[in-house]
This record gives sequence, structure tokens and C-alpha cells, in this order.
Amino acid sequence: MAARVYRTTGIIIKRNKFGEADRLLTIFTADHGKLRAIAKGAMRPGSKLGGNVELLTHSQLMLARGRNLDIVTQAQALDIFLPMRDSLELMSCGFYLSELVDSFIEENVEDREMFELLLDTLRRLTETGDGERMVRFFELRLLGHLGYTPQLQKCANCDRNLQPETNYYNPAQGGVLCRECGYSDMSAGTISVNAQKVLRLWQRSDIATAGRVKLSTELAREIKGILRDNVRYLLEKQLKSIDWLDRLAGDSSLNGDKAVTQNSNGSQE
Amino acid sequence: MNPDFLPSARPISRLIEELNKLPGIGPKSAQRLAYHLLQTPPERTRDLAEAIIAIKQNLRLCSTCLNITDTDPCGICADGTRDTTRICVVEEPIDILPLERTKKFRGLYHVLHGVISPGDGIKPEDLHIRELLDRLNSNSIIEVILATNPNAEGEATSMYIQRLVSPLGIRVTRLARGLPFGGDLEYADDVTLSRAMEGRQEMS
Ligand SMILES: [Zn+2]
Ligand SMILES: [Zn+2]
Repeated sequence: MAARVYRTTGIIIKRNKFGEADRLLTIFTADHGKLRAIAKGAMRPGSKLGGNVELLTHSQLMLARGRNLDIVTQAQALDIFLPMRDSLELMSCGFYLSELVDSFIEENVEDREMFELLLDTLRRLTETGDGERMVRFFELRLLGHLGYTPQLQKCANCDRNLQPETNYYNPAQGGVLCRECGYSDMSAGTISVNAQKVLRLWQRSDIATAGRVKLSTELAREIKGILRDNVRYLLEKQLKSIDWLDRLAGDSSLNGDKAVTQNSNGSQE
Repeated sequence: MNPDFLPSARPISRLIEELNKLPGIGPKSAQRLAYHLLQTPPERTRDLAEAIIAIKQNLRLCSTCLNITDTDPCGICADGTRDTTRICVVEEPIDILPLERTKKFRGLYHVLHGVISPGDGIKPEDLHIRELLDRLNSNSIIEVILATNPNAEGEATSMYIQRLVSPLGIRVTRLARGLPFGGDLEYADDVTLSRAMEGRQEMS
């Protein structure tokens, strides 16, 4: 029988109100994967848990096994990623990462590799202030980790070597398609030479190298679209925080919904 | 001693059951309250029952600040002695009470009725941000004080509102971070809140 009390570190990826002042936490832990636990009294000021179990905090945790849910008995923040919290853009990347992890990662299965990737991504994003590239890198690696590494060297359909030219991409086929195969595939979109290069590089580089890759606005947008389509294809749904990210990026292509911003500027006269 | 096993007449067990649903009231407290009410004179219990019914029948949102009120405008908006050039933005109506207790703020309020929460799909349109901007456009407001909860969603909401309000040439401040991070305004003590109101700072 497992010990009644155990210690691990974890990143809080979701928290819901639970009763009056308790929180139901979803924690991505280093040693036990994603799990849910109760933080009693976490919403009261002066609670020793409080800020130590706040969203996207990396904390040292002590948990006690409960009948249904485990209880967080002690928590000490190791990193609160403060610069991320002072930037609306970075915090929004954080919201997206937590939703992404919560949607893809199974409960109670140890997953050290993804835990480390999330931690690295949050650290990098905080240090460099570069949310976009870090999120893209995370998405690509997440796909690989789940067994959906996009096929980037050979055509995902006919297996021929890809030419350095604009090709096609179809998540349902598992990656890049050559011109011939892609042309007749109605659900495939195009992928530029540069986007293919960046994705190939990211697939074999570490996060620091990935962060040094310069992307033009256009290329960043293209890669964002490709990876997002892939994520949506696998999840069979759109993540909720995407709408918000698009609005912040001033990207109204999705739903043209910038009404609040426009109104406030327009009504200044 | 399990209250389920206590022989109670049906009206009492029903009352215990209802009281037990209230926050902070466990089965034992519910039982104690129920028997206390049983011994209370009928006119007193009627007052209590009527007070409970009245909150649902007469309460609505103030058309100006969206606080919960029985009059429109609410008592605060209608109070001629209040500073109408400052608006304090809060998440929920209940957040106004502790701020009023501090007596540090004599301006007006604006209740958002929520926070931006991208992961839950809660967007700015789901809150009363438009109404706030309308108030800022039609009145001579010199300061907007952001008093959302000091947690991820509360701070994101404040940063978002600051972006909308700053271009209007209005000073935007937010409560000092004397409040426990990750906590909830509703549970803050008065001293902490007084200090937070005194130490509010410019958002850059
Ligand atoms: Zn092919
Ligand atoms: Zn009012």
C-alpha cells in the first residue's frame, strides 16, 4: 500500500472553487503526472496555501491521500513566474498552455518529460518575454510526445522525399504532403519552405535554440495556423482560450470580434 | 451522532436539510439552528422568512454601477456626498461590502460580474465592461481604481481594462498588492483592505 502522505513538485494548471473557501486543483506533478487535489481554505487571506497554489505556480507540495481526492497539506511556491503575471500577453500564453496540458494529458499517469517541457516553457517565456515562439515549440513537442510527430521529411502520403518548395500540410495525413499528393487533397493547406525549415529545426533542437529562431510576422502566423489546426484535429475541438489569444493579437480573422476595443477607441471623439 | 438518525418531524427535517445547504453550515449547525428557530416566537421567524423571500422579489441590478440593489440607482450611486469622479471596479457585488467597511473610498463603484477567464471561455463581452466605458465617456471621471482579485484572472482582467481606459486620458490605478496573492477579495480582512486602498498605484 502506498504511503498516506507524499511529496512532489507540481505546476497548478487549473483551479476551481470548491465549497466556501476551498480550491479544487488540477496539478501537473513531476512524479505522479496530472492529478486533482483539494486545497482547503486556499481562498482565505492568510491561508498558508493561498498564493502557493495559484494558477501556473510551480510549487513544492505535500499531499495526503484521501478517499476520493488527495488533499494538499502543505505548499511552498518554487517559482511564480512573476514577469509572466505582469504581462497580459504572457499570462494569456500561460492560460493557453494550461488548457492545452489539461486537455491532452491523462490523469494519474507519470509524465516527467511533459512536466519538464511545461516547466521549461514557462521559465523561458518568463525570462525572454517571448510567448509566441515558446508556445509554438511547446505545441510541436506535445504533438510528438502524444505520438503524432508531424512527418516533415517525406511525403506523409506517398513517402517520397519532399522537395524544398511550397508543399501541403494535412494533420489527418500526419504531416507534410508533396505537391502531387497535396494538390488533390482538398483538406490540405499549403506550407511554405521556411515554415517547413523551422518545424524541422524545432523538432530536433532544444528550447533555447528554438527560441533563437527568427520568425517574420507572416511566418509566425503561418506556423501558428498549422500547429493550431493540428491541435484542433487531434482534440476534435477548439480550445477555449484561442479566441482570447486571437483577440489580443488583434487577429480578427476568426470571428471578427474586437467590438469592445474598437468601441472604446472610437468613442473617444 | 448522525443527525440522520434523529427522530424529527418532517417540517423540521426539511428545515435542517435546507439550512445544511447554506455555506458554512454543517449538519450539526443546521440541526442546532432548526431547533433554535422552533423555540423562537412566530413573529420573529416570520420576519426571517420574509427577509429571505424579499431578497429574491425586490432585488435587481443598479442601472449605473450594476451593484445589487432594491432601488435604482442604488444607495451609493444616489448618495450626493460621494465623489463622482472616481470609479472603483470590482468583480462581484459582494466585494463592495468590505471596501465600504474600510471607509477609505468615497467614490462610486462598477461591478463587472465576473472576470476574463480564457480557459473557461469567459470573454470581455460576458462582463459589464461596455457599461463601464459608457460611464467613462459620458461623465467627468478622473480616476478608475481596479480592485479585481489578486489572482491570475483578476489581474488579467485589470490589465485588459487598463488598456481600454488609459487611452481615454483617465488615470488608472489598482489596489496595492498587499493582498495575499492567489486569494479572494471577499475574504480579505479590513486592515489589509485599508492598506491596499491607501497604497493604490499607477498602472504603467
Ligand atoms: Zn506525396
Ligand atoms: Zn449603483
